[in-house]
Amino acid sequence: MKLIGKMTILLCGILLIVFANKFPEFGDPHSPASTHLSPYYIEHTMADTAVPNMVTSVLADYRGYDTMFETTVILTAGLACFFLLRLPEEEEKEIYFRHVPTGVTIRIEECGAAPEDSDVFQRIDAQWVPRDIIIRSTSRLLMPFIQIFALYVVAHGHHSPGGGFQGGVILGAAVILFAISHNLRTTVAKISETSAAIMSAAGVFIYAGTGALCVMLGENFLNYGALAPLLGTDRVMARSHGILIVEIGVALAVMSVMIWIYYNLSSAGKQDEGL
Amino acid sequence: MDFLTVLISRANYWAYIILMMVGLYAMIAKNNLVKKIVGMSIFQTAVILFYVSIGAKQGATIPILRHGPVPEGGGIAHAALRHGTDAVQAVNYINPLPHVLMLTAIVVGVATLGVALALAIKVYKEYGTLEENEINQRLRRG
Amino acid sequence: MVNTLPALVIIVPLLAALMVAAAGFIDKRACFPVAVAALSVSFLGAAALLVQVVNTGLAIEYRFAGWAAPMGIVYVIDHLSALVLVVITAVSLVNLVSSKQTIHREFADKEGAFISLYVLFTAGLIGMTATGDAFNLYVLLEIASLSGYALIGLGKARAPLATLNYLFLGTIGATFYLLGVGYLYIATGSLNMADLAAILPGMKDSGIVLFAFIIMLSGLFVKMALFPVHGWLPGAYSQSSSAAAGLIAPLTTKVTVYIMVRICLNLFSVDYTFHQLNVSDFLVWVAIATIVFGSLSALAQTDYKKMLTYIIIAEVGYMVGGFFLGNRMGMSGAILHIVNDAVMTLCLFMAAGIFLWKTGSEERGDLKGLFGSMPFTMAGFVLAGLSIIGVPPTCGFFSKWYLVSGGIAAGQYAFVAALLFSSLVNAVLFFRLFEISYFEPFIDHHHGSDDGGGHGGAGAVIQEAPMAMLVPFLFVSIMLLVLGIYSGRIVTNIIHFAIPAGVI
Repeated sequence: MKLIGKMTILLCGILLIVFANKFPEFGDPHSPASTHLSPYYIEHTMADTAVPNMVTSVLADYRGYDTMFETTVILTAGLACFFLLRLPEEEEKEIYFRHVPTGVTIRIEECGAAPEDSDVFQRIDAQWVPRDIIIRSTSRLLMPFIQIFALYVVAHGHHSPGGGFQGGVILGAAVILFAISHNLRTTVAKISETSAAIMSAAGVFIYAGTGALCVMLGENFLNYGALAPLLGTDRVMARSHGILIVEIGVALAVMSVMIWIYYNLSSAGKQDEGL
Repeated sequence: MDFLTVLISRANYWAYIILMMVGLYAMIAKNNLVKKIVGMSIFQTAVILFYVSIGAKQGATIPILRHGPVPEGGGIAHAALRHGTDAVQAVNYINPLPHVLMLTAIVVGVATLGVALALAIKVYKEYGTLEENEINQRLRRG
Repeated sequence: MVNTLPALVIIVPLLAALMVAAAGFIDKRACFPVAVAALSVSFLGAAALLVQVVNTGLAIEYRFAGWAAPMGIVYVIDHLSALVLVVITAVSLVNLVSSKQTIHREFADKEGAFISLYVLFTAGLIGMTATGDAFNLYVLLEIASLSGYALIGLGKARAPLATLNYLFLGTIGATFYLLGVGYLYIATGSLNMADLAAILPGMKDSGIVLFAFIIMLSGLFVKMALFPVHGWLPGAYSQSSSAAAGLIAPLTTKVTVYIMVRICLNLFSVDYTFHQLNVSDFLVWVAIATIVFGSLSALAQTDYKKMLTYIIIAEVGYMVGGFFLGNRMGMSGAILHIVNDAVMTLCLFMAAGIFLWKTGSEERGDLKGLFGSMPFTMAGFVLAGLSIIGVPPTCGFFSKWYLVSGGIAAGQYAFVAALLFSSLVNAVLFFRLFEISYFEPFIDHHHGSDDGGGHGGAGAVIQEAPMAMLVPFLFVSIMLLVLGIYSGRIVTNIIHFAIPAGVI
């Protein structure tokens, strides 16, 4: 295998290098890529969509159809991880708890009354890890700030780098931080798998549904201009608002899929203690 | 042409080719499945680097139109606005299209990585190892 | 008023997939009807598009978000894509209807996720077929691939490993395609296929374009399992569940061949592919190697599902070889074979699903006596086998006839010989299966399913598959005859217009 690998990369590498010599130089403003199509976007984004950030306007409007499927790719990954890994929930025969002050492990059999998961009694799956107060409190304190920043990134994507994907990932990261600093069970109790799954489908649905609404209003799919009468603005501003609506859908989908994938990957589908 | 000039003026392409070959080699020659997955990620990232570097334009700024109050001495991109002409010049902004495309490719890369890891977990559950030669031994034994 | 049909064909399945994904967590009973309804709408839409295209003779363009090409993304439905759309939606719908019970039995808790991924896979293929944008094709290709990995990955014990290998190779293929699109973009600055086709003739001699061609095609060859890079296919397909195999095996390779045809004809022109570059002879030889290799490996299998997967590889060789013959006959044969082979493979995999349901095994020996106990299923299976061999009046004969006459016209006698050799091998393979199932007595291997009644030892008791499986299966096997009878009309009314006028 090593030999085949070396030969393949040698062959591909030489081919790539030979042909790369014909490329325009790095940063050449006269290369076809910079002169054929992209000037249109740069020069018309304000007039067409009233969005100064061209990446956002191209992403969610000119090539919005691509982006809808990009969101669908994320959902597909979430579904795939769930489909491949998730194990059926079993009736738990025995549950182990640790009494922290004394360090005693207790076993509770079926029908036994389990104590509340608290600082005194802690649930054990494979091994008991002491809860670290510094890590827990710090990440708890950080979470609201991370989330506020994420919302800013989503909402300000029209004017600065940002948008639904970036904001959604940060939102998801906040929840994953919570899951790492506490444990998976606590997180699942707050955001259940079902709600994560439904939210991720709903996020993509907001995107595709906005597009379908435009069709119902008699225009092309995802042509946000059709929403102008509903939003009470002119067509250009309607495009700008339409982009915001779909970005919110994207953020919702990305956040919940990140959480969903984390649930399944970190616990290998069991959704117990996690990492 | 001078060798050094070629080397420097197309540095982005050399970087992507090296990264791509590193990834491809890991995918073909490595024995451990997780290392292969890492290689796959590097391989995809190389293409992302390639695309993003196409978008670069000398003397241009990020693809966000200047709006709101204009500071003193902003970059060249702002010159037009400062001098009272509103026309947006394409040469002043880098090409936004590759960035948009690569947002998609990044997402696809993450999604593929997720599915690959899920499959690797399943393989590990089935065989108790992620080394390919050990798995093949087990399969041969029945 | 805009013609919204091209959007409808893909948006309805997409919305349905989202609803099914959510419904899987709320009420599982809703999943199946929603998916069937959406695929039916999509099928009707595709059929209507085909009728429109054939009647007007013009391609239909749909602009997403209202932006004209090359600024925005457009769908272009012409004769070729409308035909393939009908095939995709029909295959997906029929297979879903027939595998209701298997899905329910094999994926009890995850039914919603399975059906949702199933519909997403179909949507991805529909989009790949209809799109007129080279980058959009990549996104949809990845949707189809990712959902395909998931559908295949949950099968028999070795499925995850086989799927992981498939994922590695599939990713290499898709990334090569993406890199090729990047090369075209750097050379021309455009992503729209029609726009590219207008620019490229002006830069025939550019090395970048040449390399883009090479690397895009190599990426697609990996995806369609052409000879040296076919390794992922048999493992992945034979380990998957029957519901997933019945969807993925007939469609993935065919749609990839379609993409290849589209790229060669409509993106790089006929002139570039066949006259500027001298690759067609080489590729015909690769196809010959694929056919011979696929047939010989199929001969070595005792597991009939694995045998079918090697036959798929050989069929890929038919289509690629036929296309690169470069004459009208060969191309017609290749395109007709995309349609016929999708239906034949569907029929064979549905039969495999029924056998698995009945005997609980995929070994050839376990087919013993099935003629006695399942006469209708076996009748359909015989039709499918005859069609793969290429016996008139089944559809397999007609596409092979076009391919053979194309090969003779092009003077590629080795290709003709490979085709005949492969037919001979198929005849040996299928007659052996018929013999086992007709002459040897039935032994009940039935374990693991609830309706274990009827322990008819001698096979005299007729015990057919459930109606929900049998009726779609018989419908498909009759379609083999119908397609065969109408193949002349398909070629003159549809495929004739799909091939550019320059090809003789």
